[in-house]
Amino acid sequence: MSYLSQPTLAHYLVLGAILFAISVIGIFRNRRNLLIMLMAIELMLLAVNLNFIAFSHFLGDSSGQIFVFFILTVAAAESAIGLAILVLLFRDVGSIDVEDLGQLKG
Amino acid sequence: MTFQTAVFYAFAALLTLAALLVITSRNLVHAALWLVLAFFSAAGIWLLLQAEFLAIALVLVYVGAVMVLFLFVVMMLDVNFDKLRERFKSYIPVAWTVGILVGVEMALVLIGGYVGESVAPPVAPGAGYSNTKTLGLQIYTDYAYPFEIAAMILLVAIIAAIALTHRQRRKTKHQNPAEQVRVRRNDRLRILDIPVEKRD
Repeated sequence: MSYLSQPTLAHYLVLGAILFAISVIGIFRNRRNLLIMLMAIELMLLAVNLNFIAFSHFLGDSSGQIFVFFILTVAAAESAIGLAILVLLFRDVGSIDVEDLGQLKG
Repeated sequence: MTFQTAVFYAFAALLTLAALLVITSRNLVHAALWLVLAFFSAAGIWLLLQAEFLAIALVLVYVGAVMVLFLFVVMMLDVNFDKLRERFKSYIPVAWTVGILVGVEMALVLIGGYVGESVAPPVAPGAGYSNTKTLGLQIYTDYAYPFEIAAMILLVAIIAAIALTHRQRRKTKHQNPAEQVRVRRNDRLRILDIPVEKRD
């Protein structure tokens, strides 16, 4: 069983792929709920970060970790602004359902 | 099976389970708490990959700040859960189709590229190696300019979040000097034409 001897790069990449697929499913599955969609986006970013760190470790190059640092920064800003917009939307429309947000439709 | 492998599989299983529960749980608070567990497990896996600084930063920034923000918003919004569940089922086939497609595509790429041949295991760093020091040196030299941009992005995010959600209170009794100067006689004074009553 060579799978079980030592976690290789493929192990981490497969885990990242599984995580990314789960969050894609989450985005489609929870179309009624904007908050869960935001959480799924956070999970997606986590999967991408996992890939970056795995490559950085196995290739011995710390630039990948710097990228993760910047991704974390941007993701934090994104979720702060996203949640602010969500609060504003809830005040105006009274729901966080994606289907209810058709005001810009002509 | 080495200890490291056992830890990897334990954290990977926990991470996958937590991610699945985030997207399937009915209660938003539960979803947020499962997401916290997912971040903790991911931090454990990052520690296995010897990214100590980022693992701690993930716990501090995500679990400590972003998830608290999520929980705050979840509890502030009075979401009608029953209405959210109404047409819940109709999206599930699309969701699984797309998800499985994405999974299969990624599996094809990974099996073709990485599973067959194993990348050489990384060289263990020397005794005096510090992950945080290495990252810090790189951020402040090679990546100084992106670092400043990241700081600006955070500043813009702070201002945007406050500007978006700030609501002027109606009840405060502040005075508006411009209005006071602009006021005309007719705004304040009304002369009534009252007939004089005669005493009998």
